[in-house]
Amino acid sequence: MASEGPEPILIAFCCNWCSYAGADLAGISRLQYPSDVRIIRVMCSGMVHPNLVIDALTKGADGVLMCGCHPGDCHYLEGNVCAANRKEAIELMLEDFGIEPERFRMEWVSASEGPRFAEVVQEMSDALRELGPSPYKVEAA
Amino acid sequence: MDPTPATATLIIDGQEVSIREREQTLLELATQLGIHIPTLCHHPALSPYGACRLCLVEVKKRKRSKLVTACLYPAEGGIEVDTRSEKVLKTRRMIMELLLARCPDSRPLQDLARQMGVHETRFNKKYEDCVLCGLCVRVCQERMGRSAINFAHRGAKREVLPPFAVPNEVCQTCGACYAICPLQKNMLPSITANEPKPIPSEFNLGLGSRSPIYIPYPQGVPNAATIDERACVHFLQDGCAICQESCEAEAIDFTQEPETSEVNVGSIVLSPGYEPLSPDVRPELGFGRYANVMSALQFERMLSASGPSSGKVVRPSDHQPPKKVAWIQCVGSRDVDHKYCSSVCCMYATKEAIIAKEHEPDLACTVFFMEMRAYGKGFDAYYNRARELGVKYVRCAPSSVKQVPGTTDLRITYETNGRRITEEFDLVVLSTGFRPPHGVQQFADTFGIGLTEHRFAATRPFGPVETSRPGIYASGPFTGPKDIPETVMEASASASAAMALLAAQRGEFVTSKEYPPEKDVRGQEPRIGVFVCHCGKNIGGVADVPSVVEYARTLPNVVFADDNLYTCSTDTQKRIRELIAEQDLNRVVVASCSPRTHEPLFRNTCREAGLNEYLFEMANIRDQCTWVHKDEPERATRKSKDLLRMAVAKARLLEPLVKGRLKVKSEAVVVGGGMAGMTAALNLADQGFPVHLVEQGKELGGNLRHVHRLLHGADPQQRLAQTVQRVTSHPRIHLYLESTLASVDGSVGNFRSTITCNGRHSEVAHGVAIIATGASEHQPTEYLYGQHPRVLTQRELEASIATDDPELQKLASVVMIQCVGSRDEVHPYCSRVCCAQAVKNAIALKEIHPDIAVQVLYRDIRTYGLLEEFYTHARRLGVRFIRYEEQQKPQVTATNGHLQVSTVDPVLDAVLGIDCDLLVLAPAIVPRGDAEEVGKLFKVALNQDKFFLEAHMKLRPVDFATEGVFMCGLAHSPKSVEESIAQAQAAAAKAATILSQDEIALDATISELVDDNCDGCAYCIDPCPFNALTLIEYMYNGNIKKAVDRDAALCKGCGVCQATCPKQGIFIRNFRLDQLSAMVDAALVEA
Repeated sequence: MASEGPEPILIAFCCNWCSYAGADLAGISRLQYPSDVRIIRVMCSGMVHPNLVIDALTKGADGVLMCGCHPGDCHYLEGNVCAANRKEAIELMLEDFGIEPERFRMEWVSASEGPRFAEVVQEMSDALRELGPSPYKVEAA
Repeated sequence: MDPTPATATLIIDGQEVSIREREQTLLELATQLGIHIPTLCHHPALSPYGACRLCLVEVKKRKRSKLVTACLYPAEGGIEVDTRSEKVLKTRRMIMELLLARCPDSRPLQDLARQMGVHETRFNKKYEDCVLCGLCVRVCQERMGRSAINFAHRGAKREVLPPFAVPNEVCQTCGACYAICPLQKNMLPSITANEPKPIPSEFNLGLGSRSPIYIPYPQGVPNAATIDERACVHFLQDGCAICQESCEAEAIDFTQEPETSEVNVGSIVLSPGYEPLSPDVRPELGFGRYANVMSALQFERMLSASGPSSGKVVRPSDHQPPKKVAWIQCVGSRDVDHKYCSSVCCMYATKEAIIAKEHEPDLACTVFFMEMRAYGKGFDAYYNRARELGVKYVRCAPSSVKQVPGTTDLRITYETNGRRITEEFDLVVLSTGFRPPHGVQQFADTFGIGLTEHRFAATRPFGPVETSRPGIYASGPFTGPKDIPETVMEASASASAAMALLAAQRGEFVTSKEYPPEKDVRGQEPRIGVFVCHCGKNIGGVADVPSVVEYARTLPNVVFADDNLYTCSTDTQKRIRELIAEQDLNRVVVASCSPRTHEPLFRNTCREAGLNEYLFEMANIRDQCTWVHKDEPERATRKSKDLLRMAVAKARLLEPLVKGRLKVKSEAVVVGGGMAGMTAALNLADQGFPVHLVEQGKELGGNLRHVHRLLHGADPQQRLAQTVQRVTSHPRIHLYLESTLASVDGSVGNFRSTITCNGRHSEVAHGVAIIATGASEHQPTEYLYGQHPRVLTQRELEASIATDDPELQKLASVVMIQCVGSRDEVHPYCSRVCCAQAVKNAIALKEIHPDIAVQVLYRDIRTYGLLEEFYTHARRLGVRFIRYEEQQKPQVTATNGHLQVSTVDPVLDAVLGIDCDLLVLAPAIVPRGDAEEVGKLFKVALNQDKFFLEAHMKLRPVDFATEGVFMCGLAHSPKSVEESIAQAQAAAAKAATILSQDEIALDATISELVDDNCDGCAYCIDPCPFNALTLIEYMYNGNIKKAVDRDAALCKGCGVCQATCPKQGIFIRNFRLDQLSAMVDAALVEA
């Protein structure tokens, strides 16, 4: 394994009601996806402060994935809409920090979309491997 | 001798301990102190022997030191014992080398040697299989009272033998010698002249054996051991009783007798279940004769990680993985002796094939079936998935299974598409059906209830859980074969029926669960206990669990870490509670499955141990790790460590939280005035709760208004009229006709809804809601429907039959087409009731005139369960059933007004042209167009087919994921009226569990203000989706201070405020920014 070089670290914030359940369903369905992802369970995508995302990326995470319920399906009515509204602000901050926009992604994954979750992780993992390690990680090392 | 020996002290491994003089051996003392001393020949239940000498320890007495055997040497005052001195270890290793030279091939001996640091022996190898420890000799003599074996000869020739070295009849084949042998040598064949009879394990259906004292099955409640008196040596011979001495809880009582207790009850619910039919019900299929023919339940056990082959699919004959497996359906179902369909076998065979293929992707799976009865919610999608995975379905019932001569392979001859094929399989699985439990007649007589012809419990028309005797209810497969969700629904339904009956006595026996007082952990340094679960093979079969445990021990603040086979098992829960006390744990982390399913259980465990339940955290290393990286054990192990490290990082920052409490408004809103909605409303009203029943239309009754007869002959219209009458006259039901819900606010216990009727609004407060909005009939556009007057739907035909339409008398030929709009691309699911409806109307037509030719064109006839009989009856009356393939739908033409149907008969592989004077279509049941709107009002989800999505397909079939909202009837999925009634009663039962409480506990994980950080900027107020935040001003040190106030009942803990606040002035308990940050930081550290 070591010969393949460092594996990217992808941090995923998944909301308890949809995306985390979707990730569980991917497991129940035994769908296989890259082991790069580390899921942090949050109650709603709307509770993830932009600073958390930026901090993760500037501390050396290769990517951050934010997953919430589809618009209209939020357990808290519109927490996911709030999360989506912050997307632009996060992207602007990434630009300031010199982080490639591909390192942050926001996706809607419902509780019944196990395959979707696996697919998103696969796509993002592929993209991160293509990009190479985060500039902040290289600096740290 | 002094009967009460004086207390003395000795030193063992530098530790001074008080002992009673010469009362125990050094080995016993060491064991008690947790000091490990290796031994081969010692067993606590047998007299010490000192044969193996592995337990050597060094004893210093009056300045003289010597090596003694710990199993024989008494613990006496004044001595100094060293169990691990260099001399001891060196001598033990030498002895081990000698033992290993004697039995170099013994696996257990090699393992023990390795533990002691001995990897090879320098002595000449003897290749014996016995170390002469004498345990077998002693257990046979001392405990079994037999002496069927003893030592023979002396010196180098010494060995264990039966008298005269001849197998004898003294041996009772109890197997104690085998069970106790440290080398796991089975010498029974050389000892006994009797036939050894292993006790087959009932739970594993005879795959593997069990001991006379055993835990019947791992899910048992209570999960306690029981003794099989017919096999226990103590009961048979008055010997043994080793278990009694071994049991630390002193729970073994051989004198226990069955007890009879009397209870006075107002109602009884009977759920004795079913028995699987014996697989040799059809001897020609080879069960019992051929090793590799097994029952589906046996196969199911084999797939289980805790099963006899630890989750590996192997052939019983040679324990090798099979390459080709066949399932044979309908074994003991739908035959002359068992005229019913067992309802579940099609799906369980499909499930077994899918799981078997998951275990072994190249496995070839073939299912031989008559009809694929995938009639339930989501079943057809599952069946299609199996086919996509490559499971082969062959529509043929093989008449026999033969073993290929000279092998243990099996040969099946079958016909498909007119061709005769002989195929060989490695393993054949028989999908056996249900039968009522053994002794059911006596059981029924005891309770005075009636049984049906097939000896299932007879239930009343429209009363799916009511037996023939008032007050006695029945649920589950006792009333007929059925699947898990229906069984769960009926269980709740019978509970609700009993609750309505006993409404006046509710709560009489209620005692609230007492928890120990919570220990105060404020200001304490975190002491984290980590429990890593193997989950059978689910985690342990992929990740290296012991190394994860080792790693956990290195994490800061972790004071204890261990692994468990199943962390959720009752005994592990008990162990966790003990460890919380023993290790003074103030945080608990479990690395296992998903917190979505198991967090409540573990939190409760913490509470039971006096630890605040929020001092608990989970790492999901199964669903989100080993299950999704099952081919990458190293990565899965590394990720498990990472996830655990993240959980521990959060656990360090956890705080105890307290739940608020909220009064419950004991009223219900039921949406939908069909049979399901009315039944739920009546049940709740009968239980004493006011109900607001909201119906969109002008009248009650829903789809049932169009049903005129049930298959078993009952009259729905009469029942409907009675139900409407009861609803309209019930003092506790407020009926809102021509009304809709305009808005729903609040949450479980305290909803506030606006009901709109002709522009007028009324507000109601309610604690729960039941969604029973029904479904619609698909409007066919195919088969000339709406274009030709003689093309009807089944419902229209039913109306004509009910009104004795004279036109029906004139019919000569009727064709029925099934699956019109069902099981296609638009509606991929089965509408469940249409087959039975077609059978019902076909029988009715035959009753009108036996000469009417009735031909039913179908894809699968899904007359599941006891409906099968009506299908048989229809065929007996001359109704012809002709199958068509999905890709070859029938064609309908009209020439000069005459209808002609042409269809391809796949059996004959020929086109049939049928002239008919009536064509009847079975349109799909489709979800209502407004289902999504209703879903939005209550914030509940729909599935892909747009029926409402339950919280759990099998176990929570009437609950939504949203608390306090339930569903029943066609809004959930297509079903018959009696199934709708059962589900409505079930929904009412679940609703009553909330309504019957005075108050409910609020979630503790809501927002909390940080006064010091909040400067009243009010950024958080507008985004709050629940209007839980308000800006307040107050005088503070002579100045006006602005801050935010939070309403605990409104706040749901979404955390939008936390992510909006620029000053860290508000956070969500248990999901604070610093806690989430700690997890991020931990994720970025290399393990």
